[in-house]
Formats: sequence, structure tokens, C-alpha cells
Amino acid sequence: MEIAVISGKGGTGKSSLVAAFASLGEQVVLADCDVDAANQFLLFNPSHEEEAVYISGQTAVIDEAVCTHCGLCMEYCRFDAITLVKGRVTISEISCDGCHLCARICPEKAIAMVDSDRSRMYSGSFRHGKMVYGRLAPGEENSGKLVNMVRQKAVQLAEEYRLDTILIDGPPGIGCAVISSITGVDHVLVVTEPTLSGLHDLQRTVDMVWQAGRKLSVVINKFDLNPQVSSQVETACRETGVEIIGKIPFDPVVVEAMVHGKSVPEFAPGHGMNNITSDILCKISQKSKFRN
Amino acid sequence: MKIVIASGKGGTGKTLVSTNLFHVLIGDPVPVTLVDCDAEEPNDLLFFRGDRKGVSPVVNLVPVIDTGKCTFCGNCKEYCHYHAIFLVPSAGVIRVMEELCHGCGACSVACLDGVITEKEVSLGVVSHFTIADGASLVEARVNVGIYSPVPVISAAIRDAGEEGVILFDAPPGTSCPFIRTVSHADFVVLVTEPTPFGLSDLRQSVETLKILGKSCGVIVNRAGLGDREIYGYLKEEGIPLLMEIPFDKTIAMHYAAGRLIVAEEDAWRENFLALWNKILNSYGNSRHQR
Repeated sequence: MEIAVISGKGGTGKSSLVAAFASLGEQVVLADCDVDAANQFLLFNPSHEEEAVYISGQTAVIDEAVCTHCGLCMEYCRFDAITLVKGRVTISEISCDGCHLCARICPEKAIAMVDSDRSRMYSGSFRHGKMVYGRLAPGEENSGKLVNMVRQKAVQLAEEYRLDTILIDGPPGIGCAVISSITGVDHVLVVTEPTLSGLHDLQRTVDMVWQAGRKLSVVINKFDLNPQVSSQVETACRETGVEIIGKIPFDPVVVEAMVHGKSVPEFAPGHGMNNITSDILCKISQKSKFRN
Repeated sequence: MKIVIASGKGGTGKTLVSTNLFHVLIGDPVPVTLVDCDAEEPNDLLFFRGDRKGVSPVVNLVPVIDTGKCTFCGNCKEYCHYHAIFLVPSAGVIRVMEELCHGCGACSVACLDGVITEKEVSLGVVSHFTIADGASLVEARVNVGIYSPVPVISAAIRDAGEEGVILFDAPPGTSCPFIRTVSHADFVVLVTEPTPFGLSDLRQSVETLKILGKSCGVIVNRAGLGDREIYGYLKEEGIPLLMEIPFDKTIAMHYAAGRLIVAEEDAWRENFLALWNKILNSYGNSRHQR
């Protein structure tokens, strides 16, 4: 069973909730797919059993000794990545999309494509099972593909160690990395918060999940920080037929646990919040048994 | 002058800072523009009322293959680095997977039979709003289901122009949408929170900005929650602490309801004006350093 936890808006408490899920029951495979800002390793300090290089794409590099400054590449580039700087044809690493067209059409063969190979995928063991996480090097692209790589590794580990549950901590937003995080999963849990921004982002996130054809439910985190907006979120969900599977109150224990490098169930085993989170996990598990 | 408000971690208060800073600068003799570059989840407009001046669509040019004339030679497929062309020559099947296409035009160049034309596919919109005299808001909004927001962000940055003070509310993370936004910046304001997650993501943002050669300052939001490690890190790195925003339920309430704290409380108006002066000073320094 694969469960993806996403949020649309960042900072709603998604990662803390995933960490709590990982600590509550049987051993799991935890896949941290927030490859831009991976955080689970900070709490669980996993062993590094395997490291893999992830090639996110290629960038065009020009050989100035060969270039005749004919400007043909500038005409063909659709990403405005090639410009004349002080009379020299120059390729911007930031704007280059890696399409290879300039390298193909250059009459002098002065352009080469160089791999972007600074991103990594790590996997290992932690105290509640196996963990896989990706770290995208700053500025690199195609985070969706790295997410796919992390998820494939998670499935492999689940089979190898006979672990039933894969928990996916997804990235914020609704773009490629998020779509890759939820493709084919058994259930999508969307964690939102009672702010107008949260509500607005939730609506776009729900549309995205539906487009991907997945089942979803919603958790309102810190619901008591603004009861009025919270009930607006509930109304919006009811009207669109989205189930709210749980509501979690604000509690400083979440941050305290994080500061101590622990999940909430590890840091405060007797805390009332654990009943709420295990209730949510239990409901999701039941839903996931009926496959999409 | 271009100031980017960014954060590695989501939900740290980028939008809170961008919208309130924008508000205190309205009415200055210098025109001010706020550009919402968080195209996947744009929120700045929730805090303002304005007249929509214009909407410009952002499109991708995707290939259209005339299957009647195509000889299935496979050149376009070979040229396509995004694997957006599906081809089974034996069955006479060729198809463009539009969601994978980046619009680079390589397939048109590759086609030996000249049977590829292009059509426009919508990626999103850039909207312009007048908020007050000399104050505009530009919003990048990508369509749901589009893989990359970068073309829409680029269009919004272009449309914002060069005039006066331009504030950019950046998308979270440190990958291409973030880089695209900060690559134009004169100065970057990083908003973080004093927690281990906040610090880890801040480090990653700072390292990225170093590579790009951009100066930055930091705002600690929800100060009082978490721990003190972040302050040690700032000292170590010599990064100016521009402002602290305490963890306060009233601030959270105002934000949640779409209200600006600078409009609700005079003290916060003063704090954000002081922030602006600090940014101007740090910006001056950064110019000096370069």
C-alpha cells in the first residue's frame, strides 16, 4: 500500500504528520519525495547504505576556441539562453533547458552537452524501517524524475524486506514533482491549514489529484488557529465531495519534538495528539485496501 | 531595483512578508510592483483589491504532425530530448505527448519531410492589477496539470518591467522555478523559521545563492518557537538578520483571514518600514561588495 501525503501550500505540517505515521505501527518504507527540501533524514538520521547519482539533465557548453560567432544557435534557441555578451556567443546555464538543438545545428560542432550530475538519491535503514530520500542539487531540473527514482527504490525495498506500507512525503505545489509523487498511489492525503491561502491552494491541489485519477482525503492541521476559516474549508470540501478525514489542533509539542530530532509519538508517547494521528492513519489504511 | 522574497521551506511566511512590505511602499514617489512568482499556488492577490488591467496568456508551441504525409523516419523522435514523441513505424503510429513537450522546436528542424507545424497550447496566464496609484501587482498562474511553471514565471518577470521597486514573491524550494526568479535579483530576502527543518532548508537556499553570487538577508518568522540554532548559523555566515516576527496568534489570525498586519497595527507598519531601510542598506553594501 502506497500513501502519498501532499499539501499544495508549504508549511502546513505535512512532514511532521508523515513522521508520526512512520512511528505509529509496523515497520514502513519512508520515501521523502520533497527532493528540493528533504527533511525526514533530520528526524530519523538513517544509515547510508546506498547512494546513487541522479542525472537531472544536460546543459549546453560552448567551446570558444571553435565558435565562429555565426549566431545560428541564437536564432534557434527558444529559451533565450544564448546571447551575445561583449561580442561573444554565451550560453546561460540558468536559462538552458537542455534540448540539444543548438549542439545539433552548430555548423562548427562547437557546442557540447554536459551532464548535470550533482543530485543524489540515498537509501538506508532507520528506526522504523527503511528510508529513501532524494536531494536535488541547487537549481537542477526534472525533480519529477528524481521522485520517480526514489519511489522505484522504495518499492524495491518494500519487496525485499517484506514491508507492506510505503509512506510518501511529497513536495509542495502542484507541478511535476507532485504529480510524480501521487501517480499510481493507493491514497492521497492532503494536509491543509485554516488560512485563505491554504484554502485557495487546497482547491488547486484537489483538482490536480482528480486529474491524476487518485482517491484523496483531507486533514485540516492547526484547525483551531482560525475556526472561522476552518469551517470555510469544511464547507468547500463538503460542496466538492471531498472527505475530511481528521482535524488536528495546534500544539507546540510538534515543534518541540522536531527540535529534539524526534517525531511526536517518539517524543511524547502519551500525548493526546497521537490518538488523532493514529485514527487518521487507520482510516487511510482501510480506504487503501479498496484499490483504485 | 529588484528584491526577491524567498525561502527554501514552504509556509515560512514569504507571502506574509511580500504583501506587507508591498503595502508599506504604496504611496511612495517611486512606483512599486509586486510579482507573485509562486505560479503553482499564487496567493498575493488574496490580500489586495485591484482593477484587472490585463491578462496575457502564456503558451507553449507544440508540434502537429501531418500523419498523412509523415514517412515515419523517426528523425523527430531522435531529436526530441523530452521523449514527447511516440512512434511505432511498423504500425504507422506517431503521436505527440503534449504534456512532455517543452516547445524547443527541435522536431520541426529534424523533420525531413516538412510535415511538422506548430500550435499553441495554454500553460497559464500572467495577470496585471492596479492596486493604487503607482502600485501594481503581477500574478503568474500556471494551469493545473502543467508540469513546469517556469515559462509562466519567466513571462511574469518579463512583464513586470524594470521600473521603480519590484518585489518578487518566489516559489519555494531551490530548483528551477526558484532559480528563475532569483536570477534577476539585486538582493534576496530569505524568510525562515527557527526550527531544524527551517535551518536545513535555509542552508540549502544560502548555498544556492552563493553559487549564483547573490547577497541576502534573513527574516526569522515565528520567533520564539523552536530553538536558537538559526541565530548561530547567521552569525557564522555573516548574514544580516533583517527582522524577527514573533509567533503570535493575532498575526496568524490576520494572515489567515487575508488581512495585512501593517494595515491593522501601526507598530507593524513601523517595523516593515524599518525592514525596508535595512534592505536598502544591505543592498547598498552588496553593490559595494560586487
